[in-house]
Amino acid sequence: MKILTANRLTDGEAVWLCADHSWAETIDAAEIARDAATEEKLERAGKAAVCKNEVVDLALVDVELVDGRIWPKRLRERIRAAGPTNRTDLGKQARPDISIAA
Amino acid sequence: MYRYDEFDHQFVKARTAEFADQVDRRLAGELTEDQFKPLRLMNGVYLQLHAYMLRIAIPYGTLSSRQLRMLAHIARTYDKGYGHFTTRQNLQFNWPALSDIPQILADLASVEMHAIQTSGNCIRNVTADHFAGAAADEVADPRPYAEILRQWSSVHPEFSFLPRKFKIAVTGAERDRAAIQVHDIGLHLKKNAAGELGFAVYVGGGQGRTPFVAKKVRDFLPEEDLLTYTTAILRVYNLNGRRDNKYKARIKILVHETGTEELTRQIEAEFAAIREGELKLPQADIDAIERYFTPPALPARPEGTVIETSAKLANPAFASWVKRNVNPHKNPDYASVTISLKGIGEVPGDATDAQMDAVADLAEELAFDEIRVSHEQNLILPHVARADLKEVYKRLEAIGLATANAGLVTDIIACPGLDYCALANARSISVAQEISNRFGSQARQEEIGELKLKISGCINACGHHHVGHIGILGVEKKGTELYQITLGGSGDENTSIGEIVGRGFTAEEIADAIETVVETYLALRTDKSEDFLAAYRRVGAAPFKQALYGAEAKAA
Ligand code: SF4
Repeated sequence: MKILTANRLTDGEAVWLCADHSWAETIDAAEIARDAATEEKLERAGKAAVCKNEVVDLALVDVELVDGRIWPKRLRERIRAAGPTNRTDLGKQARPDISIAA
Repeated sequence: MYRYDEFDHQFVKARTAEFADQVDRRLAGELTEDQFKPLRLMNGVYLQLHAYMLRIAIPYGTLSSRQLRMLAHIARTYDKGYGHFTTRQNLQFNWPALSDIPQILADLASVEMHAIQTSGNCIRNVTADHFAGAAADEVADPRPYAEILRQWSSVHPEFSFLPRKFKIAVTGAERDRAAIQVHDIGLHLKKNAAGELGFAVYVGGGQGRTPFVAKKVRDFLPEEDLLTYTTAILRVYNLNGRRDNKYKARIKILVHETGTEELTRQIEAEFAAIREGELKLPQADIDAIERYFTPPALPARPEGTVIETSAKLANPAFASWVKRNVNPHKNPDYASVTISLKGIGEVPGDATDAQMDAVADLAEELAFDEIRVSHEQNLILPHVARADLKEVYKRLEAIGLATANAGLVTDIIACPGLDYCALANARSISVAQEISNRFGSQARQEEIGELKLKISGCINACGHHHVGHIGILGVEKKGTELYQITLGGSGDENTSIGEIVGRGFTAEEIADAIETVVETYLALRTDKSEDFLAAYRRVGAAPFKQALYGAEAKAA
């Protein structure tokens, strides 16, 4: 399983591609690709967003579902989704509506 | 300290305006990321895991109160209320929006600062001994030469697209506090038998994937030849350095592959050809720059000794702080103070906007308006009257910056690692925090004595782990963090690269492993006067391997 991530051009915020081709600031909203065709679709949409100067640094990342929630396999991606592990008052984890922890 | 002249002001202003225009064009979609990336990097703007990062140059680590206050202002206004001081005497902000960066650079320019050449394959911020101009053991202040190099290397047309980045460090004392032997060029300012100033020149040191201690290519270079000789080195490198492989592109690889003798011959040949040219430094020019660095007029304060002695008796915590964080000054009535940014369990090198403001006030009132950033990620007040140490301590204590640990095991260098850095393999900060908490007791730290522990989150070695007495390198193995320990490294006048002791440790194990290393040292040292490095150099890795790996070590 993979999801597509990038950083938003204007402020560098980590974002994930949703099914409606919008970019979410939280990983929960990402569209999951379970097959190669969907991966390709995500990548096409991502490249289009790069061309439109919405995002930079595209990457397809490996995830699994843990208790029904998206869980990136690499710590790097978990930290991108949550924020610095030493400062839980910073990054997405500091928002009241976000529960993910790296 | 150095003040911008008309030319400097114009140059930085023009550059700020140019970059503001580039950012506008990028945001409007007129520049692609491929076109924009090299432009933003030349202005210190990186993209990290959570946001952009802006790296601000602090030339040879010297700041005025006004400048430090501006950094606090930027932290508060555009960032998240803190900044991170780095091993290159720079400051990084971790959260600026790209759209705010032009305004940040304009604010910086108003206090004679910028972010130019803090990235890219050019000559980077020139670093220097953080006690420069103050240390009792110094031959001469290295900063005028660092400033001459800064002016010469700024947007140098010939050296803006080198095979790879290029770092120069200068020290003016026998005791090397600037780690010059792990820089592309290391300059040791000294006097010859005739009492003239000049430099011992080291080339090809570096850490990263392939660490090397620099080779000495000149025992004494007259000061007037500083720029000609540096140009000769850069020319040989620019011409022959490898551009086919990023990992082999630094000058250290060229030195290694060419051999010191042959490389020295090439440098000397180029030097001979250009020595009498326009780069020869007239004494009047050196003098003009030196005047900017004239030390402040220090009034006699002979009452210091008495005040200090009674304050120490009254307050043991103050006595510990004086012992660890106060360095001898040229003027016996004065001292240089290390402000530890390594509070127990804190993030090495981080300071809040309020702390920066408070240090700026303190420097203005009690330290002649001067602050330094050390490559060990601390702040320094170079000129403090000993009579004022008690007051300085009290005020640092009030803002949580009076930790008495300079040079001790909790004075840890750590890079941002995987909590921020896009290149990281593992976290550094969390490891530093855990170790700091483990060894947090003042008595225990003092019992252990001088011990430099340095942590990097990947092989790029921004955390200087190769030259840590104990070094920790984070790697990624099968999706988890693993930490390798190196022992016996040192970044001083007797530089050595640490040796890997054996297999790595997990995040859960690493603090225990460090504790084992330290306990092993305590058990085998001849007495307290034999510090960790001396003991390691005497006994080698074997007892530490045995303690860490037991039977496994014997089998290996
Ligand atoms: S050593 Fe690696 S992880 Fe640490 S700051 Fe440098 S590049 Fe990033």
